[in-house]
Amino acid sequence: MTEPTLLSGRGLNLKFGSITALSDVDVDLWPGEMLAIVGESGSGKTTLLNVLSGRLVPDNGVVWYREPDDRLHDVHAMPAPVLRTLHRSDWGFVHQDPRQNLRMTVSAGGNVGERLMARGARHYGDIRATALGWLEQVEIDANRIDDLPRTFSGGMLQRLQIARTLVTHPRLVFMDEPTGGLDVSVQARLLDLIRSLVTRLRIAVVLVTHDIAVARLLAHRIAVMQRGRIVETGLTDQVLDDPRHPYTQLLVSSVLSA
Amino acid sequence: MKGYNFAYLDEQTKRMIRRGLLKAVAIPGHQVPFGSREMPLPYGWGTGGIQVTASILGSDDVLKVIDQGADDTTNAVSIRRFFARTAGVATTTATAEATVIQTRHRIPEKQLREDQIIVYQVPQPEPLFRLESSRVETKRMHGLSDYGLMHVKLYEDISRFGQISISYDYPVMVNERYLMSPSPIPAFDNPKMDMMPALQLFGAGREKRIYAIPPWTRVKSLDFDDHPFRTINASHPCGLCGATDSYLDEVVVDNHGGRLFVCSDTDHCAERRAAGHVGADGFREAAE
Repeated sequence: MTEPTLLSGRGLNLKFGSITALSDVDVDLWPGEMLAIVGESGSGKTTLLNVLSGRLVPDNGVVWYREPDDRLHDVHAMPAPVLRTLHRSDWGFVHQDPRQNLRMTVSAGGNVGERLMARGARHYGDIRATALGWLEQVEIDANRIDDLPRTFSGGMLQRLQIARTLVTHPRLVFMDEPTGGLDVSVQARLLDLIRSLVTRLRIAVVLVTHDIAVARLLAHRIAVMQRGRIVETGLTDQVLDDPRHPYTQLLVSSVLSA
Repeated sequence: MKGYNFAYLDEQTKRMIRRGLLKAVAIPGHQVPFGSREMPLPYGWGTGGIQVTASILGSDDVLKVIDQGADDTTNAVSIRRFFARTAGVATTTATAEATVIQTRHRIPEKQLREDQIIVYQVPQPEPLFRLESSRVETKRMHGLSDYGLMHVKLYEDISRFGQISISYDYPVMVNERYLMSPSPIPAFDNPKMDMMPALQLFGAGREKRIYAIPPWTRVKSLDFDDHPFRTINASHPCGLCGATDSYLDEVVVDNHGGRLFVCSDTDHCAERRAAGHVGADGFREAAE
C-alpha cells in the first residue's frame, strides 16, 4: 500500500481497573477501506472502536487521523470543538441500537437533516430535498419523511440511522454491530445497502462485529481480537480461509455453515 | 424605608449581582450563574428582574415597571410600589422619562435610548431546555456553539405547520455567538432587540442566571433562508388609538362575543390618544 493511512492507532493500551481492555493494539485504516474487527464479546472490540473515535482516552498510545489536506492530528489531543466538528461532518458513528443515535421525537426528515443544519445549512428547501434523496437511497418511502421514528420498524430505524450518518458524506464511519438485533432477511438487505453505499461514496469504515459472515460479506481486511489483543490481521478471505492463530481457527470453525 | 437597606437588597448581594452583570455584558448572551436571593414575592413574579433592578438602581433613577406592556397590572404596580418604598426612587409610567424599565413579556413600543436600561424578567433562561433536558449537555452545546438542534426544532415546525410556529420566546443569536432566550416577549418584539441603543439585562431568579445584551449589539432571530423570520401583525388597528403598528391585546368586552383590540403598551396608547389619535372603539366610547 503506497497510499498514506487515514487512521492509525499505535501502541494502544487501556485498563478498566484490573481488567485489560486493550493491550498494545496497532491498527491502520486506509481511505475507502472497510476494516472488520471481530472477536467474541468482551474481547475489547467496542472499546477499540471508542478509542479510535476519540470517545475514550487510552492509558497510552496514540491515534492519528489524516485530514484531506494531509495534516495529521492526534485524535486525543484535539480540542473538544474540533473533535465535535469532525464527529458531525467528516466522521460518523452507527450504533447497534439506532435509538441511541436518532432523536425519537423528531421526524425522519429532521433526523436526516440535523447534521446538515449543525454544519450550517440554512435553506429549508435544500435540507428537505437532501433528506428525501437520502431516504430514497436507504429505501424508505418518501411519504414517511414527516413520520416519527417510533412508527418505524427495527430495520427501517437502522436504515434511517445510516441515512442520518451519511448525509454529510463522511470520510470515515465507525459501525458498532450495525446488523445486530435484526432478523436474518432484514440483515441481508441492510448489508447489501451498506456495501453499495460505502463503495459508491468511498467511505472508510471500521466495523465491529461478532458475526464472521458479516465481516466476510463487507470487509476488505479483518482484525481478530482476543482479550484486548489483535491476534491476527490480514485480508478477509485470507484470514477466514486460512486462519493461522488457534483462536481464529476456533472462531472460523465455530460458524455454522448453511 | 426604616430597617431596610436602599433598594431592599444588602450591599454584598448587590455587589455579587453587579459582578455577574459585568461578566454578562462582557460576553453578550452568555448565561452567568448568580446566587439568587429569596425575595418577598413568589418565583415567576419577577424575582430575577427585581434583583437586577435593585442592584443597578441609584437614588436619582426614574423607574418604570410594565407587565405585558401595561403599567397598571398587579405585577407592575406591586414592583413599582416596592421600589418606591424601599429605595424612594421616582417612578413613572412614561417610557421616555424612565431611566430603568423593568419588564415582563414586552418591550415598549417607543424606541429606547442610550441612557436607558431595560431589565427583563426571565422564567427560563435556557433556550434549549425543551429540546435537551440535561444542563450539562446544553452547557457543552453553548460552549461549542453547537446549535443544530435548535434549527431541527424550526425544521419540524415548518414541516408540520408550514411555518415556524413560535410566537413568543423566539430564540435569537446574540453577537453571532450565543443562542439566547429573549424571555417570553412576543416574536413581534424581537427586531427591537437588534442594535438597541439601551442596555438590556436579563434576570432569572428561580434558575439563578443573569445574561445581557450590551447596547448596539447584533441580535438575530433564527430562521431559514427560504423561510425568513417575520413578525405577525394583528390584522386590526388598535380600537382606542387607531395604531396599526403596535402589538395588540384582544379583550373580551361583553357576553355576546364582543371583542376589542387594544395596544398592549398602555403608555404608548395613552400618549397617542393624548395627541389626538382615536380608534374605531374610541369614538363609540366618546359617544356613550
